[in-house]
Amino acid sequence: MTTVVTDNCRTCRFTDCVSVCPVECFHYDDNMLYIDPDVCIDCSACIPECPVQAIFEEDDLPEDKRNWIEINAQRSKELPVCSEQMDPLPGAEERKTALGF
Amino acid sequence: MSDKLGTPGLPLKVAIVGSGPSGFYAAEALLKSGLAVEISMLERLPVPFGLVRSGVAPDHARLKQVIEVYTRIAEMPGYSYQGNVRVGEDITVEELCQGYHAVLLACGAEADKSLGIEGEGLPGSYTATEFVGWYNGHPDYRAHEFDLSHERAVIIGQGNVAADVARILAKTPAELSHTDIAEHALEALRASRIKEIFVVGRRGPAQAKFTSKELKEFGELEHCDPAIDPAELSLNPASAAEIADPGNAGARKVVEIFSGFSTRAQRAVPRRVVFTFLKSPARITGNGRVEKIVLERNALSGPAMNQSARGTGQFIDLEAGLLFRSIGYRGVPMPGLPFDQRSGTIPNRDGRVLANDRELPQIYVAGWIKRGPTGIIGTNRADSVATVASLVADLPKLSAAGRKSGFASIQDQLQRRNTRPVSFADWKSIDAAEIARGAKSGKPREKFTDVREMLALLA
Repeated sequence: MTTVVTDNCRTCRFTDCVSVCPVECFHYDDNMLYIDPDVCIDCSACIPECPVQAIFEEDDLPEDKRNWIEINAQRSKELPVCSEQMDPLPGAEERKTALGF
Repeated sequence: MSDKLGTPGLPLKVAIVGSGPSGFYAAEALLKSGLAVEISMLERLPVPFGLVRSGVAPDHARLKQVIEVYTRIAEMPGYSYQGNVRVGEDITVEELCQGYHAVLLACGAEADKSLGIEGEGLPGSYTATEFVGWYNGHPDYRAHEFDLSHERAVIIGQGNVAADVARILAKTPAELSHTDIAEHALEALRASRIKEIFVVGRRGPAQAKFTSKELKEFGELEHCDPAIDPAELSLNPASAAEIADPGNAGARKVVEIFSGFSTRAQRAVPRRVVFTFLKSPARITGNGRVEKIVLERNALSGPAMNQSARGTGQFIDLEAGLLFRSIGYRGVPMPGLPFDQRSGTIPNRDGRVLANDRELPQIYVAGWIKRGPTGIIGTNRADSVATVASLVADLPKLSAAGRKSGFASIQDQLQRRNTRPVSFADWKSIDAAEIARGAKSGKPREKFTDVREMLALLA
């Protein structure tokens, strides 16, 4: 079991999740965040924090998002840790509205 | 020119009271603030990590891995652990204020809310805290005895602590024997005759406080099935609106899981956990011990997301020999400091402690003693970071005190009171000994449950 960031994070990157992560398992690139499955302890604290509901427990992933398990596992190993909340990406609020949240 | 506070010539000295998540996240925030800091983390037990050690359920091993993060924090320069030091008894907050620039209380919420009903004190009626502390080997609760010879137990409350209590009662000894559950608890649970565990919520299924993750586990037990009367899952319009809200995905998921439980085929297993809603305990009766819980049916009123439960005057009797209340924790007052009896917290503004609405210099709070017992481990990280931001912003005020001697200032005092502080290196010896003890019986560790035993190891 792990916890996975999916495509809703892309171009938003609100990072509210990061402020409640007890283990610093989030990594980031210019677009979004990724969870390192070897560091995450599956506490699920991040899931309700995400303004665009991008984060899922593995078991709850919709079928069309299961590819994100592998993407998180790979990308998190290549990218720097995000240990503090950052400003959302420009346009994040508009995208949130567009996503229906 | 004199040194500035928080530089190597004049390090900021902070006493953090409590070694649970909020204490460690406060330490981390201070140690990563860029200032020169010296932290003494004072813990009343010899062993660190607060509720991660003695609250997180033994079968949730992955959550306990957060201890690795705290261990890395403890190994940062500027941090020192002083276990076995009881603030308020061995040393006062006032004395700490003399020795340190700032005192940050992260001592949690150790007491339980009470139901305030007749019969609550009868033998057989317990708090979740006692039971959780007992199965987790907390020294305060090791001598407790729980009579598990009855067939039905009732848990009042529908949060994650209630779920932990229900699950530990529901699991077989085989399901628990390879966890770090205290040996005394495993022994008692082997003899358990419990067949039915009722988990009672004041409000409806849409307002239950379980996380979906904790709830799901009830569908995965070896010898126990979850059960719900499908009629109990019909939602009033306001509750239906609540779970339809896009922002309320958690509650929607919880209701889905309940509904799966209500329709699944019951297996021929020896135990079941029954979830029931819209009921509050009115009184507990019995001849010298708990025999019956009288529940009052509730109805919800008010707007969606803000519905409250009111009694309807209809009562139901539930026979049971065992009752656990799990309706929330409360902080306990710290001698010498203000306390808000209503919320069970220390009054504060952004983590600065208030006495009659005025900020008390030098004293800060973080975690459950600051905001009340809500949220999970990670929630405390954001909370502690916020308190440390207040503390750092106060640096100009705190610097007026000049040089402070930190732990050296309280060492003599502790010696006079025969208190033997336990260092982090000491903890590592205790840790190693616990792991070695556990290995003999295939457990990740066998905790020491007696403070004297822990200290004897260090003599």
